[in-house]
Amino acid sequence: MIFLNAFLIALREIRRNLMRAFLTVLGVIIGVAAVITMVTLGNGATEAVKAQISNLGSNLVMLRPGMGFGPRSSSAGVPAFTLADVAALSEQVEGIAAIAPVRSGSYSTISRQNARSTSVTGTTVDYFDINKWKLADGRLFTESDYRIGAAVAVIGNTVRKELFGDEDPLGQKIRIGNAAIEVIGVLAPKGQGGMGDQDDTIILPLSTLQRRLAGKTSEHDIGMISISAADEVDGARLIADITSLMRQRRNLQPNQDNNFNVFDTRQIADTLSSSTKMMTTLLAAVAGVSLMVGGIGIMNIMLVSVTERTREIGIRLSIGATAREVLLQFLVEAVTLSCIGGLVGIALAFALCAILAPVIQVGFVFDPKINLIAFLFSAVVGIVFGFTPARRAARLDPIVALRHE
Amino acid sequence: MSTPPDNAPVIELRGITKTYGRGDAAFQALRGVDLVVRRGEFVAVMGPSGSGKSTLMNILGCLDTPTTGEYLYEDIPVHSLDNDQRALLRRHALGFIFQGFNLLARTSALENVELPLLYRGLGRRARHEKALAALTAVGLPTKLRNTPAELSGGQQQRVAIARAIVTEPTTLFADEPTGNLDTATTVEVMNLLVRLNTELGITILMVTHEDEVAAYAKRIIHVRDGLIASDELNHRDIRVP
Repeated sequence: MIFLNAFLIALREIRRNLMRAFLTVLGVIIGVAAVITMVTLGNGATEAVKAQISNLGSNLVMLRPGMGFGPRSSSAGVPAFTLADVAALSEQVEGIAAIAPVRSGSYSTISRQNARSTSVTGTTVDYFDINKWKLADGRLFTESDYRIGAAVAVIGNTVRKELFGDEDPLGQKIRIGNAAIEVIGVLAPKGQGGMGDQDDTIILPLSTLQRRLAGKTSEHDIGMISISAADEVDGARLIADITSLMRQRRNLQPNQDNNFNVFDTRQIADTLSSSTKMMTTLLAAVAGVSLMVGGIGIMNIMLVSVTERTREIGIRLSIGATAREVLLQFLVEAVTLSCIGGLVGIALAFALCAILAPVIQVGFVFDPKINLIAFLFSAVVGIVFGFTPARRAARLDPIVALRHE
Repeated sequence: MSTPPDNAPVIELRGITKTYGRGDAAFQALRGVDLVVRRGEFVAVMGPSGSGKSTLMNILGCLDTPTTGEYLYEDIPVHSLDNDQRALLRRHALGFIFQGFNLLARTSALENVELPLLYRGLGRRARHEKALAALTAVGLPTKLRNTPAELSGGQQQRVAIARAIVTEPTTLFADEPTGNLDTATTVEVMNLLVRLNTELGITILMVTHEDEVAAYAKRIIHVRDGLIASDELNHRDIRVP
């Protein structure tokens, strides 16, 4: 009863001064909205990365030169792979369904209409299967194209749009670096990935890239080896087999670290999603600070409000309000305000996520847990920061309060 | 509830003193006041500023406590009540009117009058009915939705009176109720107080420094230097027109 009463009185008080109420809770609104938006979009980004990785194929294994993986990796001074490595892996490791040498570089590409810088990959025919590329138009290059190093290329959808616009690219020549290459096929789009636009790519035979595009010194180097595991193969065992063969081929002593990396798509997914999760946590923490500041804002305005409303408190005391009721009124006012702020913040976050999710191309999944947490936190903010002003109001002497100008 | 006889004492003060400060800085505002006010009386308390009349009224209104002495309000020992108990006594038995009206700003007349009922825990409908009745009794049944800023001084004081009587108090404390009003509205408000006293039998204690205002009371007390200097019945016959 006494709570209901205090709630009623507090609601009247809030309604009596809507502008003040709005300014008081603005901090909480922004804080709650920020926390929820950050976490929701962060989760969306993590999901998007996972989806992209699984799009690559679950049984993809990659072999890269270099020490370590992720932010601490280094490829300086580490030997590159050769076609002999590819042949050895293919022959000696069991469970490899397909294997493709990959060499990529960024080259300026020029068509009759346009010019741009694009990632160019030289590889073998198996590469398309391993990476789940599908053909939209034209044809892929063949074994014989590969053998003779034919000047042919298959282009991604972004390259098609940028270099040819609405024109049919098939049979047209593009200049890549210093070589003139004929477009023989267009790939079906894969879309944006966690690793950039996958469709911004040109794929041609490795022999063509080595002979026509690469400089003399690195003619035979291979940047990466792409492997697809056979369906029933255990990923961890395959990685172990590949690792031991490569260590043997490179004459690494037991006390030496690997100077190459073998990883499958699950590891990439884990690494990428753990880094987006870390970003999400960080952003949420920053947003949490703003919620905290919002709470201090409530305390500030409530304290000012107690001084400003001293006479009103005197009136209430003189007509028979007890100190406890005044305390309760101010506390309920603060909590009601911050809870309303929390609800408005949730609504704002919902709107923000709905607008922003498509823009930054992540999914929008309403997360009841974070919404509940943010709301409860806003209520706690109200109690914690509402208490000091409320106690100050309750301790006023009715005579002094009534005389207050 | 049994109604006490008409002339039963409502207020009994015995040897009330009030001292502010301590030691050398101590100042004795009241120096042993004895006073009996009976049901239905209309008492004017007069005296120069610094005489102790405000201190006396604060103690009588249960807003302040005496340093020594006994205060019985309808046989309740007010001098030994704590803050909350005195708040409850104010809520249930006393009404207050102030010089500055002391209405809540930006709040309608109706809501101002409903306020004490809210603390009494009355339901919405009962609150509304009682507040409407009180505002009608003070002659403002058409100003329910107006905020204090939209009302004249006399109207504001009448809203304040409605707020004071809406709880049907036994005693009404009026602190310079006409201090901020012009002559015409003073007459209006004083006639209203006289009517509440004679028709509803509400005991009224009023502080004033104006003889014309005090003249409406049935009994006039002069306070000087913390003591009651004179206490006499007022025979001037002013009746409600």
